[in-house]
This record gives sequence, C-alpha cells and structure tokens, in this order.
Amino acid sequence: MSAVIDIQDLWVEARSSGGSFQPIVEGVTVSVYPGEVVALIGESGSGKTTTALSAMAYSKPGCRIVGGSITLNGRDLLKLDQEERRQLRGREAAYVAQSAAAAFNPAIRVGDQVIESTAIHQLMPRDDALREAVKLYQRLDLPDPERLSSRYPHQVSGGQLQRLMAAMAMSSSPALLILDEPTTALDVTTQISVLSAFKDLIRGQNTAAIYVTHDLAVVAQIADRIVVMQNGKVMEAGATEQIISRPENAYTQTLMAAVRPPPKSISVEGEGSDQTDDETIVSVDSITAGYGRTETKIVLQDVSVAVPRGKVVGVIGESGCGKSTLARVIAGLLPQRSGEIYHHGQALPHVARRRTRSVLKNIQIVFQMPDVAINPRHRVREILGRPLDLFIGLSASARESRIDELLELVELPTSYKTRLPGELSGGEKQRINLARALAAEPEVILCDEVTSALDTVVGKAIIDLLKKLQANLGVAYLFISHDLSTVASFADHVVVLYAGRVVEQGPLASVLAPPFHPYTRLLLNSVPELRTDWLDGVVASKAHLDHLGQAVDSSKVGCPFFNRCAVAVNDVCNRRDVPLRQMAQGHTVACHLELDALRE
Amino acid sequence: MSAASQVPSGADLKTRFTPSLIIGLVIVGFWLLVALFGPALAPHLESDIVTDMSYAPAGEVGLLGSDYLGRDVFSRLLYGARMTMGLALLVTLLSFSLGVILGFIAAISGRWIDGLMSRINDALMAFPSIILALIVMSALGTSLMIMIATVAIIDSTRVFRLSRALAMDISVMDFVDVARSRGESLWWITVREILPNTLAPLAAEFGIRFTFAILFISALSFLGLGVQPPAADWGVMVKENLQGLLFGSAAALMPAASVASLTVGVNLIVDWFLSRLGGDVSQELMN
Repeated sequence: MSAVIDIQDLWVEARSSGGSFQPIVEGVTVSVYPGEVVALIGESGSGKTTTALSAMAYSKPGCRIVGGSITLNGRDLLKLDQEERRQLRGREAAYVAQSAAAAFNPAIRVGDQVIESTAIHQLMPRDDALREAVKLYQRLDLPDPERLSSRYPHQVSGGQLQRLMAAMAMSSSPALLILDEPTTALDVTTQISVLSAFKDLIRGQNTAAIYVTHDLAVVAQIADRIVVMQNGKVMEAGATEQIISRPENAYTQTLMAAVRPPPKSISVEGEGSDQTDDETIVSVDSITAGYGRTETKIVLQDVSVAVPRGKVVGVIGESGCGKSTLARVIAGLLPQRSGEIYHHGQALPHVARRRTRSVLKNIQIVFQMPDVAINPRHRVREILGRPLDLFIGLSASARESRIDELLELVELPTSYKTRLPGELSGGEKQRINLARALAAEPEVILCDEVTSALDTVVGKAIIDLLKKLQANLGVAYLFISHDLSTVASFADHVVVLYAGRVVEQGPLASVLAPPFHPYTRLLLNSVPELRTDWLDGVVASKAHLDHLGQAVDSSKVGCPFFNRCAVAVNDVCNRRDVPLRQMAQGHTVACHLELDALRE
Repeated sequence: MSAASQVPSGADLKTRFTPSLIIGLVIVGFWLLVALFGPALAPHLESDIVTDMSYAPAGEVGLLGSDYLGRDVFSRLLYGARMTMGLALLVTLLSFSLGVILGFIAAISGRWIDGLMSRINDALMAFPSIILALIVMSALGTSLMIMIATVAIIDSTRVFRLSRALAMDISVMDFVDVARSRGESLWWITVREILPNTLAPLAAEFGIRFTFAILFISALSFLGLGVQPPAADWGVMVKENLQGLLFGSAAALMPAASVASLTVGVNLIVDWFLSRLGGDVSQELMN
C-alpha cells in the first residue's frame, strides 16, 4: 500500500518584514497512508500549519515552497500548474479550518455550502450531492439530518458547524483530509462529540488525515502517529503510544510536561481548608447583570462569590456562561442590575469612574486577548508607567527603576521599556498585561482567560509566574477559565458557572470529589486525558453524549441545566426553583437531587 | 502625564525616507515656495491685462500664454498658488478639527447624544453640498470668511462619519476597558487611547479631503460665491478658461495640472505616514 500523501524534505520560505525570505519549514518529511491520522503538533510558529497546507500545494500569501517533493496519490504536486492544483483542491485533498463560524458564509444555506466542492468540480448533480450530504450528517451524528441542509449557519450551534465543516470537506470523498485545530475553539463538552465524529468518519471512509493541533491530549485520542515540530523542523516522529509514553526528544518532553494532569487525577492534600478564617477582599452578593436595556439578555443571575486575601478563586464554565461578565461587573465596566459588590465590606459604586482611587488601585483586571488588551501605540514604559502615576506617584527616577523592577518581576528584559506592543510576542504581551496590573500593587487581580490565547508551553509559564507572584506578593486572583485542568492546578476555591448561575462552589478538593453537581461531573469527564483509549472509553459509556446536542437554556424557571442533564427529573427540575444544598463546609451544590444521587 | 515617553526614538522610524516620500516632499515643497514667493516673482499682477489677444499660445505672451481676458497665465498661476493652497488647507484643517471632535464625542457618549448628533449630520449630508453652500451663503453673504466656514462645516460631515466609526471601533477594545477600569477620564481615554489608533486612517482621509476642498472652492468661485474676480485661484482659472480648450489653449490645463500635481504630492506624503504608522489596529489584529 502506498502513501496517499508523501512530503519529502519540504522547505518553505516566508517574506520577513525586511523583505528577504527566511525559511520557516526546514526539511520536513511526512507521509500518510489511507485510513491513518498523522498529527502535526507544535507551538504557534512551528510551521505545522504551513506543512499541512503544503499537502495541497498551497502556501499562504508571502510564503513560497522552495524545495522538496509533495506527492499526492502518485503525482508530484510541485510539478503541476495552478489550474491543475485547483482541480485537485477540494476533490482529492480537503481542508477543515479552525473556526467554522468564520468559514461559513452566513447568507448561504449550509447544504449548499457543504456540497460546494462537488458543484465546483462537477462531480455529481446537486440532488445526488444533497442526498450524500444527508448520509454524511448521519455519520457525523448531526441532529435532524433531513432538514439540516436548509438551515442557515446562525441556526446551527458551534459544535455542529464544526462537524458541518467536516461534512463539507468529505462531500467530494477526498483521499486526504487536512484538519487544522478543528476542536480548539470548542468547549470541552462539545469537543468530545466532534472528535469522535471525526474519528468515525476518517476510519469509515478510509481517508488519510493530517491533524494539526497544539493539544497533546486531543492528539492522543485521534492520531495514529505524531510528528512533533519546532521552529520549522521535525523534532520527533513516531507512533502515538510511543510519543506520549516514552518521548525521546527534549522538546517533546517539554511539551509533555506542559500538559496539565486531568483534574480528576489531582489529589488535593488536606480537606478543603475552611476559608472563613481569611479576610475577604472582594465579594459579590447576588449579582444580576446583562446587556441591553430590556430584561431579555440576562447573563448573570444571582451570583455570589468571595475572594479571600492571597487566595485563588477559580471561575469555570463554558463560553457564554457569563464568567467574563462577572469580571467586567467587578471591575466596574458593566453596571449590574441588582446585587452589590463589596471591597473590605464596603459596597462599591457600580461604575469604575465613581470609585475611589484606592479601590481602583486594589482591583486590577487582566484580559484574555493580549493583542487587544494593550494599546498598540503606547510603548511599554508608558503602559507600565500610567498606573504608577495614577496610583503610586513616584519621582521620575523612582518611576523608571520601578518599571525595571516590574519587567524583571514578569521575567522580561528591562530593555523592553522602549518597545511597542507590535514588537512583542503573544506571551510577552500577556506578561506586560500582568505587569501593568501589578504596577498598581493590587490586592486582587481579575484574570479573564489569561492563558486561553496562548500556546500550552507559554500558558504554563504564565501560570507558573502567577503562582510565584501569589507566593511572593500575596496577591489574590479571581481566575476565570474554561479549562478545568488549569483551574484545578491552581485554584484554592472553585466556582462552577452554568448559564449565568452558580451551580456548584467550594474548596477545590470538595468540588473535584463527589458529590458533584451533574454539570461539574460532565465537565470533569469531558477533559481529555493523555492516554490513547480515553475517548473510546467515554464514547462507549455514552453517559454524557445523549443530551449534549441541546442548546444551553437560559430560561429563568427551574434548573438551567435541565435539558442537558442526564439525571434530571421531569416536572421537578424544570419547574421548581433549585435548592442550594450545603455539602461540607463552604461547599454548595445547586441541584434538586438528593446527596446520595449526586455521589454516584 | 508622561508626555516625554511619547517622543518616538530613532529606531521607530522603520520606514525612513522612501523614494515616493521624497517625490511628494519635492512637489509639495515646490508649491509651498511658490505660494510664499510667487507674487514677488510674477512678471505681472494677477489682474493685469497684458495683451488684447485671448488665449494666446504659450511663449508668445508670457511663459504660458494668456487667458480669456488676455491676462498672463503664468503670473496668475503663481498668484493662485497662495490662494488655492491657503484656502484648501484652512478649510480642511477646520473641517477636521470640527469633524473629529464631534465624531469622537458622539462615539464615546453613545446613547441619545450620539443619536441626535448623527441624525443632524445625516440631515446635513442629505443636501447636495453645493446647494447647501448656496443657501447658506446667499443668506449670510459672500465674504471669503463665510465661504471658508461654510465649506469647512459641510466637509466636516464626512469627517464626522469617519471619525465616529473609527472611535466606535477602537472604544470597544480591551485596552480602552483597561483604561476605564483604572478610572481614567473621558478626555484621557479619547486623547491617549483612541486618537493615536485613528491617526492613520484620518491622515489618509486628510489627503483626500484636501483635494476635494480645492475642487469644492473652485466650484463655488465659478458660481460667483467663492474667490472673487479678479483674484486668481487655480479652480477659478480652470473654470473660466474651459472654453479655450476648443481653441487649443492650455490656459485651463496649466492650473488643472497644478491641482493634480499638488494632490499627488500630498497623497504621497500621506501614504508614507500610513506605512510609518503601520496601519490601524484592526490590521494589526488580522496579522
């Protein structure tokens, strides 16, 4: 059996800002056989996407393939002209992009987009193509396959769109499928169904697949072989089992070390310490908040959280659960509808501008996207100097040396003072963000998904830095994340948000151990584990796949999780107000079920 | 405030003098010199009728021939540089100050203030600009000052729309939220956070508006509302000598070419600004 795609000694160059060409992929060799999934993993900038795209003889604008051979089904792609390559894209090799939401045209029905490549290449009549599409929908476990084609993209959920992308790629039965981080943008609960659908489809069609990702735990579920890349070179290549259990290369070992252990396996020493001893710095009490003038868009409902001095409170939930809104309310960026925010027991004005300087100083916020959180026109010196001027007030020379100190604190060279944000990498920008918050010498920092936009290794470095600062400076964090593993490795106290309501909260150890809220259990079970049989095990148990197709219901009556809950009781959970159950000290679960049922 | 830290260091000038910048500077510099010293160098006064021959060919009367009244085109061109560039620059600066300030206020205040200002702006834009100018100036009189004010206000409606949209885009960025969470004043947020990020597109708009101002003023002058004869203005010169094209006279082409070269020069400089500033924030995000 010969390889579907055989990339030998590939060299790709990209035009640098100076105008000269620099190699970004250096001598990469990859081949994929039918029915096989080969994963390309590495940090951003490692050349993994560039390599994957070259399998279609495509290079991004500003890049050019300068050496090597790319053989797809026995033909050397580099010897073909543009028209021949176009003929083959979408027909023999298809591409699934990271963000399905951005890849679908909102004005065209999904059916027509799914069968587009069959229409472009005139492979089959429209009706036949649509019939084939329905079969693909069924194979991808998409709900209501008969009518799905006539929907518009906004009428379909994010996870379903991602599967529709796969359907789009598979509609012309390509020999090679290229998947570029197809589950990175999805919530963990959705990721499972998408992953297993991809896996079944690839096995079923005997397609060769290249899977690009930075997430090793995901790779372990789907890939047969792994190619580890760094700075455009292959560091290590081998069978999945070997790479994850016995990595030989030093860089692969670094990558493996950056993978957080699944929260289930974390043993927290000491039963969750009673946190009432600690002085509360910031607390919110029964906050209700939303956007728009009417009652229609309530994002947070009746949320109460307290941050004790020097502790880390983790807030976890899926996208849209209101966790970022919580940070914005506390920071005074979004006035709440009702409820109060307290700082040392004192109720705060709703809007930041009305707060006293000392309150503003003590509550700092760090945003998710490092690229937009710092003004691209301000130099690092000015970014860090502004909070110093506002809150600390130093002489010119003391200010200068304090900026140096702050840069050292976040482990950046002091020469960065004169740089513009555009001259920094994503991880460096996030460090500047953090340094800016630290400049005010706050009591608490609101961290809104601070590692989500970063690579695993860079993200781990940021978390380590946060831990160090907590230990050295005694600063507290409200740490907001969708990633349970990160929260579990870091937080003292965990708040689980679902549809704008707190469904469970308590000390880390109590939340990670039974009794669970059914949603917490679902989250815990959805975090991919770094072993090859994890996905199959989860899918086989089928326990939490059943109800996940449902959209998040934010109706105000009954339990918000009712329609996705595996153990919900009809007529109780969806009708009556949810009781707040006190478990152990400081541990509460909002659920109708009895304690024994939650323990199972 | 730390104004000192805003001063760009030498390393900042990544894109130094490019050939196109130099061409732009030479053109604009040339016309600036003409505007300054032109009247002193001109062989005749702008109103002097030097020959009784209309549309005399170039070289025969003066350097560039004569116009429809027999005046020296070369002299009028030199005189006109000051009038044309001065007026256009003044009008554009005024319209930009007005439009940008009001546009930013609308974008940042939001709610009903934005609604009110935007609707008034829409109402002004709904009139054809030349008709609007005619109405205002026939009501208030035809002095040069009134014309400058009228044209600046009409032009500022375009600037208002652009700057409001730009400020809206920037004001939802996280770094503006960070500033708000620091308790910064609206003034600081506008001038220090938003304005620097809108400079590039505003500079591009300035180049275009400058050209349009020349054309708009010449149109008004043609209707007798702008520059009053016998004062020379390039726009006026084009309009009054159009007939001459039929007789093969270049009297209308010379001022037209001057406007064109000035436009190219200004836009070359603006382009350099754009590349130096590296585009706006949204472009940076896409990278």
